[in-house]
Amino acid sequence: MDFILQPWAWYVAGPVIAIVMFLLFYFGERFGVSSNLETFCAIGGAGKLTNYFKIDWKQNKWNLMFVAGAIAGGFISSTWLTTSDAVAINPQTIKDLADIGIANAGSSYLPDEIFSIDTMLTLKGFSTLLIAGLMVGFGARWAGGCTSGHAIVGLSNLEIPSLISVIGFFIGGLIMTWFILPLIF
Amino acid sequence: MKYIKFFLVGILFGIVMSKSEVISWYRIYEMFKFQSFHMYGIIGSAVAIGMVSMFLFRKKVVKTFEGNDIHVRPKKKGLYRNLLGGTLFGLGWVLAGACPGPMFVLVGKGVVSIIVVIFGATLGAFFYGLLKDKIPH
Repeated sequence: MDFILQPWAWYVAGPVIAIVMFLLFYFGERFGVSSNLETFCAIGGAGKLTNYFKIDWKQNKWNLMFVAGAIAGGFISSTWLTTSDAVAINPQTIKDLADIGIANAGSSYLPDEIFSIDTMLTLKGFSTLLIAGLMVGFGARWAGGCTSGHAIVGLSNLEIPSLISVIGFFIGGLIMTWFILPLIF
Repeated sequence: MKYIKFFLVGILFGIVMSKSEVISWYRIYEMFKFQSFHMYGIIGSAVAIGMVSMFLFRKKVVKTFEGNDIHVRPKKKGLYRNLLGGTLFGLGWVLAGACPGPMFVLVGKGVVSIIVVIFGATLGAFFYGLLKDKIPH
């Protein structure tokens, strides 16, 4: 049981993610989380504004159930399977984050400077969360997939569009990490 | 009832994302600082095993539980869409410290503010649908 309660190493997590992907294909579907965002739009009536969202969203019910499971899994894991909220990141990362204005890095899963309720209720904090989401949602649908669809499924399937997308993920990620984040806090 | 299996696979996904700290903002930052092997190891080993799965699907050694062939739908081609869309996604991925899967897992962890990110992501997908014919692919 102690093994379960400790943080899981990469060589446990990677294979389990591969099993998740395998099971979704075995059950006749696929692995891609960001398509749910389009389903949300279709359910919300976006099909009235553009044909892009005139889809039969009921065909994507399985994926909504997958997302509901992911939420339940997050709850189960944080409630019963995790003893400490600390994340053992590299001490150098902690120093680097302190330098750009994020204190106590690694003491919990998320920085208060972005995710605390107090931050969320400020204009800057709310805008940061909203803009981050906008970029993820717009970018994922533009690229035709996110980390699951491109980085895991696409790369496994040796697809060039996925390789280019993952290169894009890295270009954007490096720009944000090295050049933009230091200016925000 | 036919949906229950997807719910169960989702639970497994949520637990592994959470237990391996992939849902931690810090793990994403650390990856792009090249200060840890953790995330590279996770994605790399998932892809390595994924390749074996894909091979078994293509050779029809593994079929669906109903006995049908498994076809992995090819991704849409287009240099601009993949590179520009990918870059925009990467910017948001680091700022939010979460890609779409982990966003939902964080809801289960009880992180209220992630709802704003998910709302933004849904709005982003909506704007893409509106603007899709006006941007390069």
